[in-house]
Amino acid sequence: MSTDTRTQPSGPGPYEAGFTESGANRVYTVTGGDWEQVLGAGEEGAERIVVNMGPQHPSTHGVLRLVLDIEGETVLQTRLVIGYLHTGIEKSCEFRTWTQAVTYLTRADYLSPLYSETAFCLSVERLLGITDQVPERATVIRVLVMELQRISSHLVGLATSGMELGATTAMIVGFREREKILDLLELITGLRMNHAYVRPGGLAQDLPDGAEKAIMEFLADMPGRIKEYHRLLTGQPIWKNRLIDVNYLDAASCLALGVTGPILRAAGLPWDLRKTMPYCGYETYEFDVPTATEADSFARYLVRLEEMGESLKIVEQCLDKLAKLGPGPVMVADKKIAWPAQLSVGSDGMGNSLDHIRKIMGTSMEALIHHFKLVTEGFRVPPGQVYTAVEAPRGELGCHVVSDGGTKPFRVHLRDPSFVNLQAVPAMTEGGQVGDVIVAVASVDPVLGGVDR
Amino acid sequence: MSELVPNGAAGRRRDAFGASGSGDTSGFGGLVAPPPVLTSSERPFGDEQADTVYDALERAFPGLEEAIERVVFDRGELTLHVRREHLLAVARTLRDDPALRFELLSSLSGADYLDDPSGRRLHSVVHLASLTYRRRIRVEVSVSAEDPVMPSLTPVWPTADWHERETYDFFGIIYEGHHALTRIMMPDDWEGYPQRKDYPLGGIPVDYKGAQVPPPEKRRSYS
Repeated sequence: MSTDTRTQPSGPGPYEAGFTESGANRVYTVTGGDWEQVLGAGEEGAERIVVNMGPQHPSTHGVLRLVLDIEGETVLQTRLVIGYLHTGIEKSCEFRTWTQAVTYLTRADYLSPLYSETAFCLSVERLLGITDQVPERATVIRVLVMELQRISSHLVGLATSGMELGATTAMIVGFREREKILDLLELITGLRMNHAYVRPGGLAQDLPDGAEKAIMEFLADMPGRIKEYHRLLTGQPIWKNRLIDVNYLDAASCLALGVTGPILRAAGLPWDLRKTMPYCGYETYEFDVPTATEADSFARYLVRLEEMGESLKIVEQCLDKLAKLGPGPVMVADKKIAWPAQLSVGSDGMGNSLDHIRKIMGTSMEALIHHFKLVTEGFRVPPGQVYTAVEAPRGELGCHVVSDGGTKPFRVHLRDPSFVNLQAVPAMTEGGQVGDVIVAVASVDPVLGGVDR
Repeated sequence: MSELVPNGAAGRRRDAFGASGSGDTSGFGGLVAPPPVLTSSERPFGDEQADTVYDALERAFPGLEEAIERVVFDRGELTLHVRREHLLAVARTLRDDPALRFELLSSLSGADYLDDPSGRRLHSVVHLASLTYRRRIRVEVSVSAEDPVMPSLTPVWPTADWHERETYDFFGIIYEGHHALTRIMMPDDWEGYPQRKDYPLGGIPVDYKGAQVPPPEKRRSYS
């Protein structure tokens, strides 16, 4: 737009920027329209622009809003606004039984729900004092599904960062393999997401027939796929230019800001709860903790790719362990806690097994009463509080659970790694280029369902 | 002896489906729970890690009895109930002392113990982790709803920033010294603190096509 347009005294056109007088300054609010006209409307020399990125933006990983103060291409200040996906999961848990709470928590971090479930169930089991009564088969299957999900979660991280940086092929291949894992998880748990598969005391159900074979096929296929990602991206000049030396955050800053997971490991600190504070028997598995020292976005990308390979190793060891253990229960023997423990597939889908129904309806009044009480009222958990942390794909996922002795949780708090890691985005982006803000958010790989809960 | 949570199972909570009382069908639900007692664990705790941490803290922080109200060791976890006046000093010692080194603030959140006998119902619960020694510890500070003020931990662990904003948002605990204590999850103009125990679940009327759908407990009842 030429300069004469600016000097023309005219009323606000349909696309002209509206403004408010704020103190001595005139603040323009721009939504859409012609950018040149917008810039022309400002005073001469006023270079500082506040850009509101999100909450609905394809590269914000959901509903994250970034408020950027930019001058030219340089970011002066980054402020993050969250809360658009807050659904009150923690509060809702206080109004449901201990078993039902799992179905809420699984909806927090929707890309790695099995971790929230496991962290919560490990906490409840510690409160109940039944940690060593959980059958080993259940624990091994928990590890198995968690590691499968770690791969799928990292694949989404890879795919979405590719999409956000314009590498749409990365998106296609990332989602392609994730689909295979979702098929596996659907076969095992019945659902692609929000599984509610891990329950206090064990699992909702055992592995179905044919699951081992399907997982084995996936294990045979996946290493080649990881090589393909390396061939596609690791050496690619554009990918390297966008990621190398961008969004630097060293280990000390990570700890100060509470950042854990691949970002911390890419800064050189091999802190992985599976190794350092083992749970679910992780000390009995052989795997490495990939690290890097560059502390930039490229290092985080490499760490995530390496972790997929390590997860494959763990899944393979899980299958070996399951074969050695043989069939057995996947829920604690205590009938006062074990629910649901008698599921089977009927003509109309998954439900209580006909044998169980026949027993409680036909032969045992006490069993019927017990079933009714367990389903409607749930079980009581002795008072106390625990904090259990697991290594989720994004870092430390902690679950703080308080019981007052009742049939419902008194307080459930998820320490979600996405929530904490997002705090590091200003430190990664301020002073850098606008384009690198997208890279920073992609390298943090937040899941807003977990951030906002 | 496990730590008694200062809130009985009786009475206060309502079922989400609108059942009155506790929703308990056992017949025992009407029993009045005995008044909660605030317990303290005897030393030694019988756990190597917990005893080591507490001994080291005692050495590093003179006048610890003054700063700490009570200590609870339960289910392998050590909880220090710290008086709010001493929180910052204790926190700095926990972070910096070579024998303690709690470098990482894992989690900070709140809990509302409505019946706390001390009258200070709002608890700020901090989970610290030492990467050097691979330990965890819990620090709890309690304040009353009338005077819900405590020092912010952001000068010690910058990561407390969003955690404290969230706890302020949900519980109304005011962290003095926080640089921008604003709501983070709820809208800026929200009234009340949603995760307090006296705040109802879903008690908000919902606008739908110009009409208002009242909250569940205010809808028509046919019983």
